[in-house]
Amino acid sequence: MVNIIWVALAAIGIIYAFFNGTIEEVNEVIFSSAQDAVALTISLVSVLVFWLGLMRIAEKAGLLEKLAHLFKPVFTRLFPEIPANHPAMGYILSNFSANLFGLGNAATPLGIKAMHEMKKLNNDSEVASRSMITFLALNTSSVTLVPTTIIAIRMQYDSMAPTEIVSSTIIATLISTVGAIMIDRYFYYRRQRSLI
Amino acid sequence: MLVHISNWIIPLIILTVLLYGTYKRVPTYETFVEGGKEGVKMAVSLLPFLLGMIVSISIFRASGALDAFVNLIDPVLSIFNIPSEIVPLAITRPISGTASLSIATDLIKTEGPDSFIGQLASTMQGSTDTTLYVLTVYFGAVGIRKMGDALKVGLLADFVGIIASLVVCYLIFGS
Repeated sequence: MVNIIWVALAAIGIIYAFFNGTIEEVNEVIFSSAQDAVALTISLVSVLVFWLGLMRIAEKAGLLEKLAHLFKPVFTRLFPEIPANHPAMGYILSNFSANLFGLGNAATPLGIKAMHEMKKLNNDSEVASRSMITFLALNTSSVTLVPTTIIAIRMQYDSMAPTEIVSSTIIATLISTVGAIMIDRYFYYRRQRSLI
Repeated sequence: MLVHISNWIIPLIILTVLLYGTYKRVPTYETFVEGGKEGVKMAVSLLPFLLGMIVSISIFRASGALDAFVNLIDPVLSIFNIPSEIVPLAITRPISGTASLSIATDLIKTEGPDSFIGQLASTMQGSTDTTLYVLTVYFGAVGIRKMGDALKVGLLADFVGIIASLVVCYLIFGS
């Protein structure tokens, strides 16, 4: 899919430029935008180093586990098929906390472990269980407190207030997460009905 | 009001982490450096992905094809008060993380980070994750072949997220 998007954008652009007489602009932008990308990556280094460094401290101090504990009552309701003290619940909670702090790289392995445990609970079936679908819905709507990458990009292009989008992002992410849970529930009850 | 809260969130998180880490006797500075190294690796490994996608999108924009596309859909979207510049981002967000990040970057650069489009693009990019990526990685890793309703649920949730970003941005930054 990415391959198609990537080629289509460039190919359509070049062909369109041929008819539109903008081939000079295209020529120029090929090299200047590559340079922009490098400058952007360098500005990303600053934010990523600081944030991941800080979050490593949070992880070592046990803040992630504390947070997981805080969310446990909500999650036992979200995942009624998983016993509260099952390892699957632990991994789901730590995956959620890691995502909350924008630790995508730490969240992914935890999420995979959670999926493994949920598969065991589902008798090793190759069909996605109810809990798995809920877990994916949560992950795709991704609750994040601090959108670090976007803040870095805004800084790179001289924003007067690079962090002013934090509150709008948190509210939007909350709405989309609640929406995801509701949609997930809707489809679950629909499946139940069709079984009868 | 909310803009002020935004300015406080990050410093407060930093303060909490540093004080709590010290209280728990974590070697804070050494731990910071250790975690920071991962940040360097992450940014560097992101470079080829971003560079490739940004060049492709820049060609699409410089040729005039992007403007043509935006003008084409504008009459429909202006009825709902949706800025058509945001549509390419909304379409790619659930499909590819780097493509949407590159488009968001392009919008922030050309429209300005503090413009309404810039704020909207930032919110949209930050508030949802790439559904297709999450599905492939998680289901692929444990060998789930039948996804059930997962794809439908994920894509519908993305749609909710996009609408939510629009409404929230109008309410907070409204123009």
